[in-house]
Amino acid sequence: MITVNGEKLDFSGNISELLDVLEYNGKRVAVELNENIVPKSEYDNTIISDGDKLEIVRFVGGG
Amino acid sequence: MIPTEQEMYKSLAERHGEDLQKKISSARVAVCGLGGLGSNIAIALARAGVGKLHIMDFDRVDISNLNRQQYSAEQVGIYKTIAITANLKAINPYCEVIPEIIKLDEKNIPEILKDDDIICEAFDNPEAKAILVNSILENFPEKYIVGGSGMASLGSANTITTRRVMKNFYLCGDGVSEVSDGTGLFSSRVMVCAGHQANMILRIIAGELNV
Repeated sequence: MITVNGEKLDFSGNISELLDVLEYNGKRVAVELNENIVPKSEYDNTIISDGDKLEIVRFVGGG
Repeated sequence: MIPTEQEMYKSLAERHGEDLQKKISSARVAVCGLGGLGSNIAIALARAGVGKLHIMDFDRVDISNLNRQQYSAEQVGIYKTIAITANLKAINPYCEVIPEIIKLDEKNIPEILKDDDIICEAFDNPEAKAILVNSILENFPEKYIVGGSGMASLGSANTITTRRVMKNFYLCGDGVSEVSDGTGLFSSRVMVCAGHQANMILRIIAGELNV
């Protein structure tokens, strides 16, 4: 089990795959893994492990 | 008669308290994007007496901006950085404004924003928002960034909040209301979000890091 934005989720894979599952556009988010920011260039290479905590912040248009 | 710098400082210190006003007057804030959010945020910060405002935008004032952005009809066609500098100086002549006509991207952000301790994300494009926030969090983990996401439509003003989404990253808005065909931005609701952002920036300056 992992925790995404405070909610438990059964998932294995990398961050890009998690964003796909959650239907988030990877160009419009900021992702923190265990309180460390993950650079966009590392989304494909960063494997999420059991017990990991993620914060995914999504941006929508308008300002 | 335009008040002197000493008169304006005294007036602010009487209202805000001397200790707090010292912090506000010596603060430097970057406002990235001068549309509905950024123009309102910059004005709120100048009124509070923020000492230095580093303001950035690449665009000119358009007729379509007048429904919500802090420009006048006679400023249509002028660069937003130039127009808002004039408007800020009219309110607070002693605020040091550092305008840059520039489009921020991954390459120039680390250099352009290196001297700013508090950064306000006030873009409209969601990908530009993400680029700015990610660049700051990756390059400058010690800086504070206050962003906006979700302020379109005439939805309830009460759904707009400030959240501390990461240690040094605060996000204001309702998180979901985006601009699309048929869903526009209204001055009233954009100002609520801008007010949240400006307020959080002033709280950070005051040392109040909780939302």
